[in-house]
Amino acid sequence: MGKWSRRGFISAGVIAAGGLLVGVAIRPGNRAAKLSDSGAANGEKLLHIWLKLDRNNIVTAIVPHSEMGQGVGTALAQMLADELDADWNLVKFEEAPATGEFANYSILKAMLPSGGSDLPGFVLPSINGALITTAQALDLQITGGSISVRSTGAFGMRIAGAAVKEMLRNAAAEAWRVPVNEVIARDSQLVHQSSGRVEPFATFIDAAAEMTPPASPQLKQSSEFKIMGHHVERHDIPSKVDGTATFALDVRLPDMLYATVRRAPTFGGGIKTLDDSQARAIKGVVDIIQLPSADVSRTLGSFSTADSIAVVAEGYWPAKQGLDNLKIDWHETENDSVSSDSIFQQFDRDISANVDRESDISEGNLDAAMAGAKQIIEADYRVPYLAHMCMEPLNATAEVKNGRCEIWVGCQNPLGFRQAVADALGFDIDNVTVHNCLMGGGFGRKSLADYAIQAALLAAQVGRPVQLIWTREEEVRQDFYRPAVQSRFRAALDEEGHLTAWENTYVDKHEPVEAPLIPYAVAARDIGHVSSPTHIPFGAWRSVAHSQHCFFTESFIDEVAAAAGQDPYEYRAARLAHRPRQLAVLQKVAEAADWGRPLAAGRGRGISLQQGFGSIVAQVVEVSITGGEVQVDRVVAAVDAGFAVSPDGLTAQIESGIVYGLTAALYGEITIENGAVKESNFNDYQMLRMSAMPKIETHIINSGNPMGGAGEPGTPPIAPALTNAIFNATGQRIRQLPIKNIDLQGLS
Amino acid sequence: MTLINVNGTQHKLQVDPSTPLLWVLREQLNLTGTKFGCGISQCGACTVHVNGVATLSCITPLSAVDGQSISTIEGLAPSPDQLHPLQQSWIDEQVPQCGYCQSGQLMRAANLLAHNPSPSDADIDVAMAGNICRCGMYNRIRKAIKSAAGVQQFDPSQPTEGLANG
Ligand code: FES
Ligand code: FES
Repeated sequence: MGKWSRRGFISAGVIAAGGLLVGVAIRPGNRAAKLSDSGAANGEKLLHIWLKLDRNNIVTAIVPHSEMGQGVGTALAQMLADELDADWNLVKFEEAPATGEFANYSILKAMLPSGGSDLPGFVLPSINGALITTAQALDLQITGGSISVRSTGAFGMRIAGAAVKEMLRNAAAEAWRVPVNEVIARDSQLVHQSSGRVEPFATFIDAAAEMTPPASPQLKQSSEFKIMGHHVERHDIPSKVDGTATFALDVRLPDMLYATVRRAPTFGGGIKTLDDSQARAIKGVVDIIQLPSADVSRTLGSFSTADSIAVVAEGYWPAKQGLDNLKIDWHETENDSVSSDSIFQQFDRDISANVDRESDISEGNLDAAMAGAKQIIEADYRVPYLAHMCMEPLNATAEVKNGRCEIWVGCQNPLGFRQAVADALGFDIDNVTVHNCLMGGGFGRKSLADYAIQAALLAAQVGRPVQLIWTREEEVRQDFYRPAVQSRFRAALDEEGHLTAWENTYVDKHEPVEAPLIPYAVAARDIGHVSSPTHIPFGAWRSVAHSQHCFFTESFIDEVAAAAGQDPYEYRAARLAHRPRQLAVLQKVAEAADWGRPLAAGRGRGISLQQGFGSIVAQVVEVSITGGEVQVDRVVAAVDAGFAVSPDGLTAQIESGIVYGLTAALYGEITIENGAVKESNFNDYQMLRMSAMPKIETHIINSGNPMGGAGEPGTPPIAPALTNAIFNATGQRIRQLPIKNIDLQGLS
Repeated sequence: MTLINVNGTQHKLQVDPSTPLLWVLREQLNLTGTKFGCGISQCGACTVHVNGVATLSCITPLSAVDGQSISTIEGLAPSPDQLHPLQQSWIDEQVPQCGYCQSGQLMRAANLLAHNPSPSDADIDVAMAGNICRCGMYNRIRKAIKSAAGVQQFDPSQPTEGLANG
């Protein structure tokens, strides 16, 4: 038996895999109507999570999210354990394998005692109705958009924990013949106080499996939390300090070969002629294989790539030597003369031409406000393409035999990868198994399956397991980049310096749709975009479109405040009366950073505010400028993510996001030359290092709002807070990133 | 034929001597804790100790370590049931995010403390300059190095009595 509630489905418990298994399928709707975001658009998806209670009293949360380093497993397990009143030391976390059972309705069938041949009537609407389509089911395992804690956790994990607790309490009450309200759960035990009975959860596994799951289990108030909001050590850390953590690159199969690969440097180009005689002569080289172009559109995470050439060898080193010794002539393409300059010229032209501009939002009488302005200010902003640069280079290990493919990969979308690999091999999806491994960073890059397809095709062709390892150079030059964007602004101010109109046109719309919107009150605004396509492949990059638009809008509002002759913090705060949550975060950061305190000459302070992924983050940056060099001294962040399940985890995520965004603001730039990427490795694509680290202080606000994301919202605000600080120190407004290209000489 | 000692075990290897030590460790010896990040001495993910000196294994050909003693992250702990003080402080400070860079960070930091038991911030900046953490956990790494340095200073087996009570 199972139960529907408004938000989803709780399955009956079954005895399987050595324990009690209860599944919850939920619809991750977003109750925060004001902030629509990437999760909210998909109100009709089901997310499955599973709770297993075994006979040794161990609780395992089985969750469809990939571990990229954000400690999501720990936070999710905390939520489940708290509602269950489990002993934290008896709780484990497992990522659901990318198989149908864990990701779509087939597990609902499998879990029913009948094996699914005759389903009870109440299940039918859930699996036959419009709720599930293959695409929706595929979509579910994606880790990105900071969705994990917000939807899986807030609704699924907590409901699962609470439901199972209720089933166990009912089972104990029946066994002990006492009223259920006298049975409490505590530290993975059931307790009947007046009779002194205490038994571990596991005692009631079989009886609980017979219980009807509750329709809408009672969730705790935040004041009752014992594990959520408290510090727990992450489960994954011990294996990350002794070398035993297994990343995809660490997979070892018997008889395995290694391979490395190269695609045409100019995107869309192909191989004209190939001389591989020298490469084949290298000891250890086994084969040289041309791989076809890929066009993936059937799954979420669509992309296309040109063909590539791979060297398969007995080790990575001979494969790399082979690659370096290939003589390849690439086809000419229509994009051979495209450069970063020509791309920005194109953006500039297209914004000026204003052809087919589409409005994101248009309110008030913009023309009248502009006509009646005391002062109009205008500015253009630009940001370059960026690479993801995950610490672990792209890799995948595949074995193809007897019509089946097994693939080991670190990815953010295991089901999408499974489908893409199956399609590439011409296999039925049931004949592909994806083993998702720990990821040495993801940041959005590992949601696109190009590298997994390459590995699978190579393994199929050589008939032995193949570990494909991209060179770092290939990774830099064949990324799906954070798009370059230009954004043009015009603002009107009245006599008192009030902002009366805000006009913004930028190139190319990307997710999330609300990224260019500003929270500040303004009577007339028109924000829109024109199309200006390029041949550069793009993809999601930590915080997606927020990373560009937050820089633009939070810089330009700073310009407006300066034009009004007002303090940038006060100016923002005065326009947030209708947004108390944003205002509280802004006030918190200003207070924590001691905003009004005067700074020495050559030093500056800047502020910014960001809302996205259900969280609000404000940052204050302090800089010193000496001899034209920027030193970021201090970053203060305030974050309202609703409720911090794992305060230390949230702090680490915000800090990580800040460093990611700071690296981009200071140094990040992918340069296009002759249609291809100029940079190659960490030597010319610079990373922030230890000595450049600012002090970072993170202040958490538990506002009680719906839970927001942690992994992405720390990234966008740092760039504008930093450039606003540089403006404060020097009077120079930075409108184009990265900062390394800007001459600050003579300004200190 | 190349002879190397890795974490106390002798290995005779029939591998092209120009092969970087990184790939020999990972592929021939199955010691996958040492990571590949860039292959060109820019990131530090591949850091190991050669005769006690932190060394980038991605640019060190096997021929250069013939007859030498190498230790890797798998050999950092003094015994199977004891962690190196840095490993413990890495857990205490919850340093790793994705964890991919951390073998290299730990091997580099261990080399620092071996030569400089109480490093200053500037010492840490210099020593750790070659190690990238793309997850940005530098401040936690710094803190963990300092707290492990504290552990070492107060180690009762060391002649630090004056410090122990202060
Ligand atoms: S892999 Fe050796 S320094 Fe990067
Ligand atoms: S922990 Fe991920 S790169 Fe350092």
